[in-house]
Amino acid sequence: MKSTLTCAMLAGSVLFTALVSANENTDDYINTLTELGFPAPKDNQLVHIPPTLQDLEQSDVHPELKRVIRRGYDLFTDTQQLRGENVFNNMNCSSCHLGDGRMPFSAPVWPAAVTLPGYRGKNDHVNNLEERIAGCFTYSMNGKPPEYGSDDMLALAAYHQWLARGVPMYPEKPIYGRGFPAPERPEELSYERGEQLYQEQCAVCHGDNGGGLQVGEKTVFPAPWGDDSNNWGAGLVRLFTAAGFIKNNMPLGQPLSLSDQEAWDVAYFISSQERPQDPRYTGDVAETLEKYGPTFHKHSLYGQKRDSDGKVLGDHSNTGDKDFLKPDTVWPRTFE
Amino acid sequence: MNYLPTAILFLTTLTLPGWLQAATEGDASRGAEAAAVCASCHQADGSGKHNEQGESWPQLAGLDADYIAKQLRDYKSGQRQNATMKPFANMLSEQQVADVAQYYSEMAPHPGQGGDSASEEVLQRGRILAQRGDWSEYIVSCKSCHGPDNQGAGSVFPGIAGQHAGYIESQLKAWQAGDRTNDPQDLMGTIARRLSDDDIRAVAAWLATQPPQAN
Ligand code: HEC
Ligand code: HEC
Ligand code: HEC
Ligand code: HEC
Repeated sequence: MKSTLTCAMLAGSVLFTALVSANENTDDYINTLTELGFPAPKDNQLVHIPPTLQDLEQSDVHPELKRVIRRGYDLFTDTQQLRGENVFNNMNCSSCHLGDGRMPFSAPVWPAAVTLPGYRGKNDHVNNLEERIAGCFTYSMNGKPPEYGSDDMLALAAYHQWLARGVPMYPEKPIYGRGFPAPERPEELSYERGEQLYQEQCAVCHGDNGGGLQVGEKTVFPAPWGDDSNNWGAGLVRLFTAAGFIKNNMPLGQPLSLSDQEAWDVAYFISSQERPQDPRYTGDVAETLEKYGPTFHKHSLYGQKRDSDGKVLGDHSNTGDKDFLKPDTVWPRTFE
Repeated sequence: MNYLPTAILFLTTLTLPGWLQAATEGDASRGAEAAAVCASCHQADGSGKHNEQGESWPQLAGLDADYIAKQLRDYKSGQRQNATMKPFANMLSEQQVADVAQYYSEMAPHPGQGGDSASEEVLQRGRILAQRGDWSEYIVSCKSCHGPDNQGAGSVFPGIAGQHAGYIESQLKAWQAGDRTNDPQDLMGTIARRLSDDDIRAVAAWLATQPPQAN
């Protein structure tokens, strides 16, 4: 897949990769991504392709640190081992952060290690890396984060930080491929078209009822909705985030194969299905919407009437597999 | 050859995605009779054979029944092309397809052949492709579709661990050449086309050394 195109294109990119201790195959990644139709890095962007686990084995970090980073990797890619304790749906961290959390356009996780502590609008205070990880446990995994400072939390944080190896703290340049960049929102979204597309192109893996597929205790295909999915407070319930995730990553192995309209339609369909309650639920869906609408739910369909049948979404007290609503790690910080 | 039924079958496969096709209930003991003619290649115990020269015969023992049935229907309809297999698939009625599928799916699988001669380095590369993928080429790990330890996931994604190296190689190359196109949504073809010849040898060898699903 290597072509002469790379050389031409990357002549320009030497400028910005120089800033970072680049993985030696950074060029291979960028070349592959651009051939698939992803944008090439812009001149002012920070490009970082994290080291792999093979790179870890070959590196000269202390063997004990290697062991802990490996454990972080293992937790990240098979988070189901914490099922019933910290995780109450069928997801792994890598269910949304593809390529072990390393891939551009699939919300690579390393930026958190170099931009935090930092301010997050979602909870309106300064968060550190552990709290950011705790956020994905609380909402995306419909769970209860491992204790701050616990072995599991430390191992996960170490994995994130290892992935950021060589990147300066608080980088000033925007990061290439961060998050799930959304395609432009089309004028109209269609539930029906989204449903049809889902059945044709997604159900083979995710199931026609959105339940995904588990084999034994391992998740093969995560659940895009229902009790086994992320809850109403997760980033992925925002339409633009879901559309961005889908456009850039799905169907698995075929990124950017859907048109912008298709990605938004299927995101709209998935976002119109039920899932466990938002842990910030006040006991009333309208009140919760009022409270968290401005910072979050204005981008989701929470509390709105569904197109297909007029059902109000999120109007229930179902918390999925867990028997609590909010883990005690969700609290405001005031630094006072 | 009778073209009409084939054409009709082809149409029905077009309207329904393969994985949604209603399954006819299979009977393993009837399947054993119908499978007598298959043993010369797939062996009486369903283990198949890795042939260094020429076509390898896939192991059928332990594969998912619906997956086997789909492949047989695909040979019959021409959705999957292979000169050796076609006449044998054509011999089977729809009921017999379900019966032999059930029969083979209940058999205990045997170790895969053809991977042992590969070097440690080659096996290592194969392991990484199968378990983690190589995202520098956007090669998604095999196990993300073929399930934990590549032992299969549901009836759409067959177990490939413990399959013979020669057969795995031939299928990946068939997808690359456009000779096998019966996978849903080109899911397998997309990945196969990203593999180099070395990758194919490596992943086929490693998978052949892995334990097939114990059922
Ligand atoms: C249901 C999908 C989903 C799952 C599962 C998930 N995340 Fe996330 N994660 C997201 C979304 C969405 C974002 C925000 C991306 C954006 O900025 O648009 C995010 C962001 C992050 C970030 C911040 C990245 C940055 O650019 O700063 C980290 C770190 C992170 N997740 C870690 C984890 C960990 C650890 C797990 C497993 C415990 C996990 N995630 C599971 C969806 C998910
Ligand atoms: C070949 C199987 C396959 C197909 C087809 C597929 N996905 Fe996925 N999808 C996956 C896998 C596997 C993951 C998790 C990533 C991982 O584990 O590597 C995933 C993750 C997701 C997620 C994030 C986790 C969750 O469940 O919410 C969403 C959303 C999603 N897919 C939507 C879609 C949509 C929409 C389509 C159709 C356009 C689609 N997928 C087609 C296999 C597939
Ligand atoms: C002359 C040797 C031979 C005989 C006899 C034979 N097969 Fe095959 N079979 C093959 C070969 C070679 C392939 C691989 C063909 C390809 O590349 O598509 C195959 C493939 C298959 C597959 C696909 C397996 C997979 O993993 O996708 C099935 C199912 C199958 N055969 C069933 C049967 C049945 C049932 C019979 C008896 C009715 C039979 N075969 C008789 C040689 C044979
Ligand atoms: C995106 C999903 C996906 C990924 C990733 C994937 N496969 Fe497949 N593969 C499939 C599907 C679907 C089939 C079944 C096709 C059919 O129904 O005919 C298949 C079939 C196969 C077969 C034929 C099995 C048989 O019995 O005939 C082989 C061999 C194979 N895959 C090897 C691999 C290898 C090696 C990898 C990793 C490099 C891989 N696959 C990754 C989806 C995938």
